[in-house]
Amino acid sequence: MQYMLLLNEPEAEFAKRNDPEQAAAYWGGWNAFIGAMAQAGIIVKGDGLQGPHTATTMRVRDGKRMIQDGPFADTKEQLGGYFVIEVPDLDTALEWAARSPSASCASVEVRPVLPPMAPPAA
Amino acid sequence: MKSACDTAEWVARAAYGRLIAILSARSRDIAAAEDALAEAFAAALRSWSDHGVPTNPEAWLLTAARNVMKNQLRHRGIVEAAVPDLLASQESTAEDGPTFPDERLKLMFACAHPAIDAGIRTPLMLQTILGLDAARIGRAFLLAPTTMGQRLTRAKAKIRDVGLRFELPSPNDMPQRLSEVLDAIYAAFGIGWDATDGVEAEGRGLTEEAIYLGRLMAALMPEEPEVMGLLALMLYCDARRDARRDERGTFVPLDRQDARLWKRDMIIEAEGLLTAASRHARFGRFQCEAAIQSVHVQRPITGRTNHEALVMLYRLLVQHHPSMGAKTGLAAVLIEAGRANEALGLLDDLAAAATLTYQPYWATRGKALHALGQMKLGDKAIETAIGLTEEKSVRVFLGTLISRRAT
Repeated sequence: MQYMLLLNEPEAEFAKRNDPEQAAAYWGGWNAFIGAMAQAGIIVKGDGLQGPHTATTMRVRDGKRMIQDGPFADTKEQLGGYFVIEVPDLDTALEWAARSPSASCASVEVRPVLPPMAPPAA
Repeated sequence: MKSACDTAEWVARAAYGRLIAILSARSRDIAAAEDALAEAFAAALRSWSDHGVPTNPEAWLLTAARNVMKNQLRHRGIVEAAVPDLLASQESTAEDGPTFPDERLKLMFACAHPAIDAGIRTPLMLQTILGLDAARIGRAFLLAPTTMGQRLTRAKAKIRDVGLRFELPSPNDMPQRLSEVLDAIYAAFGIGWDATDGVEAEGRGLTEEAIYLGRLMAALMPEEPEVMGLLALMLYCDARRDARRDERGTFVPLDRQDARLWKRDMIIEAEGLLTAASRHARFGRFQCEAAIQSVHVQRPITGRTNHEALVMLYRLLVQHHPSMGAKTGLAAVLIEAGRANEALGLLDDLAAAATLTYQPYWATRGKALHALGQMKLGDKAIETAIGLTEEKSVRVFLGTLISRRAT
């Protein structure tokens, strides 16, 4: 089954990305995690995301565009990246989630991916 | 000794849980398995009255239910390409014949999986393993049948859709996962226990169901001392059921109970389980709680309660399972051991917010204060406990502890 790992990070973690003293350790942690997943051959796709300050949120209400500077909700943890992995079951997906740097500093949401939609009946 | 009627019920329950477990093991679709089995039971009623009961009714039901599931797959018309595979996987165990593997343990672990909300694990087990309906479970949990039904449906959908493993946990995860299964069973017992006030209306709560699940676990995992510990604990408690009320229905605390009303066969069974568990030399929370019960049942034999042994065991319990209940229990036995000062210190250390609505805390605090001669403060604590008590008979009992009734 395919699961998406939604990797959340707190503000302090995002800040480490550009801090010369901490950046190496920060990226090293992620590289180790992603490398292990790659070695296991489970990655379907995935990316890191630029920080929440780069987010723009769009809503259309009554035909009007409402554009907001920033993420959709102002929470302590923000999405920092995602991976779709192919593993046999939830327990295995949870094991991988536990190994990510996000699990110990914020949280990882694990969700099964919907199977591809059946073509519309002719 | 089990009566013939109990034996028949045991067989019927075993068949239900065994069939649900095996029907859902591959598809992970518990709801579909339940529907198919219900249809199979209906077919059995028709067929068996005409053609007689088959030599192996359980295997007959399994085949019938599998046929229902196959037909459902054909009719659904979705994911057509996957159907041949699904059918093949369903058929692969068809030649198992009359004896098929018992998958109930895997189903129990799936029901108590950490991805399933802790509040629904016990209802899920009661329904899938024992076949209790949502109305019956809802009554025990003080929920409307529809609400309970919806929660069960949601939990089953999650198990089906999320790819939960119907497998035993790895040895690494086993201790934690097992304790979650045992917690869910013990929760059923607790609900049955608390519900004794409405005994006329609701039967005997869920204690019998919990003991059944405990026995099942002990049969399926004979090498796990904590499983034996839990079963022993439930048997010790249930053995004293009739002694918990006097003839007017008032609550009788353990140390004033008439030991002649205790069920000796259950106590003997519990003692045997606890001894067997101790041979594995892997101590744990439930063995500790059972050992505490074991000390209590010695009273009629030795003529006194061994308070020092209780203090020691409660200290161990607090180490293994540092819950508010365990700490309050330790304080209560310290009072009995003549160490009310120590008890009060322990109670003072408990976080105030957590104890605010915890009835045993206030009852124990009141007793400690009384033992130290602080009658007025003690009365106040007992009054708080009375205010937090749901059971009328316990309220009446607590009322007798107030030193100065109405001023």
